[in-house]
Amino acid sequence: MKHETIETNAGWLIVLTLIVISIGGLVEIVPLYLIDDTVEEVKVAGKETVRPYTPLELRGRDLYLREGCYTCHSQMVRPFRDEALRYGHYSLAAESKFDHPFQWGSKRTGPDLARVGDKYSNEWHVQHLIAPRSVVPESIMPNYPWLLENKLDYKDVGDRMRALKIVGVPYTETEAEYQANVERFGEEVAKKLDINSAADNLVAQANQGNYDGNPRVVSEMDAMVAYLQVLGTMVDFNQFEDGHFVKFR
Amino acid sequence: MSKDKTQKTVQTTGHAWDGDLQEFNNPLPTWWLWAFYATVVFAIIYWILYPTLPIGDTYTKGAFNDITYTTEDGKTETTHWNTRALFEKEMQEAREMQAKYVERLSDASYQEIQSDPEQSGFAFSMAKVLFADNCAACHQTGGNGVIGMYPNLIDDAWLWGGSFEQIEQSIREGRQGNMPGFKGQLSSQQIGDVSAYVLSLSGHEMPEDEISRGEEVFAANCAVCHGNDAQGKTAMGSANLTDSIWTIVDVPAADSMEEKKSAVMELVREGKSREMPAWKERLSDTEIKILTYYVHEMGGGK
Ligand code: HEC
Ligand code: HEC
Ligand code: HEC
Repeated sequence: MKHETIETNAGWLIVLTLIVISIGGLVEIVPLYLIDDTVEEVKVAGKETVRPYTPLELRGRDLYLREGCYTCHSQMVRPFRDEALRYGHYSLAAESKFDHPFQWGSKRTGPDLARVGDKYSNEWHVQHLIAPRSVVPESIMPNYPWLLENKLDYKDVGDRMRALKIVGVPYTETEAEYQANVERFGEEVAKKLDINSAADNLVAQANQGNYDGNPRVVSEMDAMVAYLQVLGTMVDFNQFEDGHFVKFR
Repeated sequence: MSKDKTQKTVQTTGHAWDGDLQEFNNPLPTWWLWAFYATVVFAIIYWILYPTLPIGDTYTKGAFNDITYTTEDGKTETTHWNTRALFEKEMQEAREMQAKYVERLSDASYQEIQSDPEQSGFAFSMAKVLFADNCAACHQTGGNGVIGMYPNLIDDAWLWGGSFEQIEQSIREGRQGNMPGFKGQLSSQQIGDVSAYVLSLSGHEMPEDEISRGEEVFAANCAVCHGNDAQGKTAMGSANLTDSIWTIVDVPAADSMEEKKSAVMELVREGKSREMPAWKERLSDTEIKILTYYVHEMGGGK
């Protein structure tokens, strides 16, 4: 095909331009799907410890997206010493394999949140989300008081799980799928991933955890804090010897 | 116009749009072309040295560029270049640089650290960063806390005790402070009386009859935790009620005696439970030791 044919034909020009510029992306992205070690295997006693979010945590994650927390917070600890000292072990690819979309990010107005789970008490999170400056005077984080006031809307939580199932997150509907999860994650976790009892599980976790300090109402705060408290806690790095995850790179 | 002149010096693509619009066909500048070839050469060298080309389910690992590192457990590994190995190397180098201090610190007793300016200086500089990253969100940057929520660590009143061992225990295992609410058990008058009694212990003027009734209520309901002398018990983190330091009820901020009393009544009615998270999973033994030392020295450690 001659130069001139392309330059004088807008249709060809668009198609060929798209092909050329997509090569740069494709050669970097496609191999990651093919290479075995991209997502690390994280198993303790034969069971995978990185699991999909429970219904309550999942709703919390939705709220995290709704409120735009990702505009200021990333969720990826990079393998540098300064980050390890501040946040903890570097993030594994496996730790965000059930995130759609992932929350890695590179914009850090606030600190990285990939390992914030279990760092503070529920009480602190509630206080900090309602009024950040009441606990961190120099904070520039906005107030989110409505999280405590709003009741959590969870009637569609099953549909949300079904949508994620389509893109490969192992939530279960049939007995066979459930048994596969028992095999993969153990029975206790498999129960929480069952779509058929999603609403019951959500309420049970909120009541038991009492994340917002008010046991009578399942508020949006319950979901948000449940989500924050699980971040970065699924892999117990004490179970692996130091440097174990180097071999996956 | 100048059309003829231009055509003599520079070639055009030979195509004319709208009658007289033409396009130059200049060759690429030589410097640009060579720079382009240089990037190609650079890329090839890069492909050889670093992990790059995907092949099926694996990839070329790079050559002449291995990294050897020693892990914290003392295992030495050599592997192809990658960012995680680079990280292990970086950690190893920092460990070796600080080893002299860190090893001495982890072997030393608190008293030895205290008496050695070099060691205590090192502990302090490490502790400042650790405290800012992990503790300041609750106990505040200066350690002064927030009344009602997070205890002050720089005064010399301690809920759980101010010895090195007790502070270390607080940090390592966490603490659950639980002051129960009495609204179901005591009448409003009893709650009023016992609050007046509690305030009288720290020198506040309260009516005599309330104090004497309150003393009985206290002996029956509160002394189990706060002690007969109301000085608190470090075993359960119950506050000392006889000093003028308040950790939950903001008595000093209340203007009148009435307000002070109703603030105490509010707590006795509703109760309060607070949680200090455990740090043994997040921080190493040496880090906990350094923080213990810091907190002890910052406040009135005992
Ligand atoms: C305008 C930017 C901004 C937005 C939006 C924002 N944050 Fe923050 N966040 C910060 C800053 C700055 C800090 C550090 C100061 C502080 O602790 O308040 C912070 C701190 C935090 C911390 C404590 C992290 C730590 O390790 O100490 C958490 C948890 C957090 N934010 C959660 C959230 C959540 C959840 C949302 C969404 C509801 C959110 N943030 C939205 C800026 C932001
Ligand atoms: C989530 C908030 C939070 C964080 C983060 C936190 N603390 Fe605490 N801390 C508390 C609370 C609440 C108490 C009081 C517990 C109680 O009511 O008895 C406490 C109590 C303590 C005590 C006992 C005080 C006394 O009077 O006996 C020490 C010591 C202490 N914290 C040190 C630390 C150190 C060091 C860190 C950082 C590694 C830290 N804390 C991080 C909330 C926190
Ligand atoms: C089960 C044990 C327990 C009993 C019973 C108890 N307390 Fe407490 N109280 C505590 C603890 C523990 C704290 C500190 C809580 C914390 O730091 O989170 C506390 C704190 C307080 C404080 C706050 C002190 C301050 O510095 O702000 C007051 C006031 C108080 N108690 C009064 C009473 C009175 C009056 C009664 C009896 C009606 C009573 N308590 C019964 C355990 C108890």
